[in-house]
Amino acid sequence: MSAVDHPEPRHAIRERFGFWRRSYAMLIKEFIQLRRDRVSFAMIVMLPVMQLLLFGYAINTTPHNLPSAVLLQEDSDLARSILKALENTAYFRFIYEVHDVDDFDNLLKSGKVLFGVEIPRGFERAVRRGDRPALLVAADATDPVAASAAIGSLGMVVQTALKHDLYIGDPPEMPFEIRAHARYNPAAASSLNIVPGLVGTILTMTMLIFTALSVTREVERGTMESLLSMPIRPVEVMFGKIIPYVLVGFVQAFLIISIGVGLFGVPVLGNLFLLALLSTLFITTNLAIGYTISTLVQNQLQAMQMSMMFFLPSILLSGFMFPFAGMPGWAQYVGECLPLTHYLRIVRAIMLKGASMQNLHFDALALAVLMLLAMTIAVTRFRRTLD
Amino acid sequence: MSGGNGIAIDVKGLTKSFGGREVVHDLSMQVKRGSIYGFLGPNGSGKTTTIRILCGLLTPDSGEGTCLGYDIRRDAEKIKRQVGYMTQRFSLYQDLSVRENLEFVARLYGLRDARGAARDMIKRLGLSGREEQLAGELSGGWKQRLALGACTLPSPKLLLLDEPTAGVDPKARRDFWNEIHALAADGLTVLVSTHYMDEAERCHEIAYIAYGHLLVHGTVEEVIAKSALTTYTVTGEDLNELTAALTGKPGIDMVAPFGTSLHVSGRDVAALEASIAPWREKSGLHWHQSSPSLEDVFIELMGRSKDNFQ
Repeated sequence: MSAVDHPEPRHAIRERFGFWRRSYAMLIKEFIQLRRDRVSFAMIVMLPVMQLLLFGYAINTTPHNLPSAVLLQEDSDLARSILKALENTAYFRFIYEVHDVDDFDNLLKSGKVLFGVEIPRGFERAVRRGDRPALLVAADATDPVAASAAIGSLGMVVQTALKHDLYIGDPPEMPFEIRAHARYNPAAASSLNIVPGLVGTILTMTMLIFTALSVTREVERGTMESLLSMPIRPVEVMFGKIIPYVLVGFVQAFLIISIGVGLFGVPVLGNLFLLALLSTLFITTNLAIGYTISTLVQNQLQAMQMSMMFFLPSILLSGFMFPFAGMPGWAQYVGECLPLTHYLRIVRAIMLKGASMQNLHFDALALAVLMLLAMTIAVTRFRRTLD
Repeated sequence: MSGGNGIAIDVKGLTKSFGGREVVHDLSMQVKRGSIYGFLGPNGSGKTTTIRILCGLLTPDSGEGTCLGYDIRRDAEKIKRQVGYMTQRFSLYQDLSVRENLEFVARLYGLRDARGAARDMIKRLGLSGREEQLAGELSGGWKQRLALGACTLPSPKLLLLDEPTAGVDPKARRDFWNEIHALAADGLTVLVSTHYMDEAERCHEIAYIAYGHLLVHGTVEEVIAKSALTTYTVTGEDLNELTAALTGKPGIDMVAPFGTSLHVSGRDVAALEASIAPWREKSGLHWHQSSPSLEDVFIELMGRSKDNFQ
């Protein structure tokens, strides 16, 4: 650089639209940084795909070779016939045959079998008499998905199988009653809930972490000092840092729903536009919360820890893992404060029930309130000086 | 308060503490517009803190003043628009290219043609051909040049440079100072902190700060004169022996080796001359009285302030 050159005031400064201009400057910067961060970029795509495939294949709705036991209290042809039919479905694999109730209970309790069929004494005779005796079925519902699907399939399987087998012809209804007992977890969750739920969970996790690191990263890299010495306002920094990730979140949501529909056959009954709109709201809310975390902590490690502190209750209390209605009152109140709770209702209702905005305005409003709250905290907490 | 007249920085009684430790104590200074003001002092003396107060990054506990005519407490936003601050640590985005960094700054300040302004600056900095290189991959000298370019891009009226040449080779340092002089010739005021004496001598005015206290300020000549230091330069053999013999003698405040010679300084001329008298006639030693160098003055000041404030 030569000594005679100097800055010429030929590049005039604009005073209008300062807010948009500065937010835009920040936004472009964040986009470039995101694009250059190969690992983060790969995570945006890999994380949802991996999670979905892992979760998705674990929620296989058709049970396969469930380890099962039978408690035979009578050794009749009919009993053998039913067992054969059950085994033929390949849903169940009978690995124990016991004659004592205690043995039967212990097998279930120890987890050696997940499923048990109890054929009571005098069963065949009762069927012949047309008494409709109970065929007791016990399932270990700590694995609710497997258990409920197995129980659900039971009636049809037995009936179809016995049609050909049974000498009582083609009865108009089941000659006996199947009394299913889902042990340990009576409220088994429906598997269809999981894919829509995953949209919310994955978005919460990724969005939270992306922005939770954003401010602390600038502080740790030393760029915050020069950023603060420039005429940019906290709101502008926030918008500049949030907006690029709204797009990222949108791509992720699209990816998860596409895989869910394409690979797992989850329906989307409601309006896609409404889903996109409310998903954007949810994404922005999470980004705002992540950004708030970023302004509260000192370094990136703390940011990660605090994100986890927020993420765990989100998973546990939002109704993703356990049915919301089954939780105690206090847990429901906590749940209502989490964006994921509201989004789960929204996304399940739109995808599975075809709900419209009229059904969802409360949850949409709750999301908007949470978003504004987080943004307000973030902007007031953002330190404009190094004090 | 001084408004649009010839004073760029005018502050009085600035005090700042961190966790009960006073980092800047009752600091007052005036910097003329268009001048290069050198800020000297040992590490941890409060130079960076003072600079941060001036550009609104820190609020002083007490004290007041103006920067470019704006109140440093109330008008931090206005000051930020007209001040370029170059931090001690490289604080541009390492994962952005040279061009992207400059465009970011240009957009943030609202330059009408951000791309054009960045392009011009790249040309001026001599970074043509490197515009797509990531800032983090530049060498120390280029990084510092880029940082200066980013500071001057929005045409500020005041530049605050915090140890801009630390860890930069002599050639790059010289180029950097040529640039600073060129900028000052255009009317830009520059406040620069440094550890290098040769850089201090290129400033129009200097201030020496130690332990948060501004000890002395003025032109280099004034600072040397104010020190009231008498210095003898000795050349010859066995200077190590002489150093050991003279250190701590009455009237001798400082004995410092400078290459092949020894500087013996003190403020009390009579006592100094009495103490060195036995050695002056010794064969093999050549004595002559000289004016103290800036370094003599600062080392002596540092030694004295240590006694006073620690």
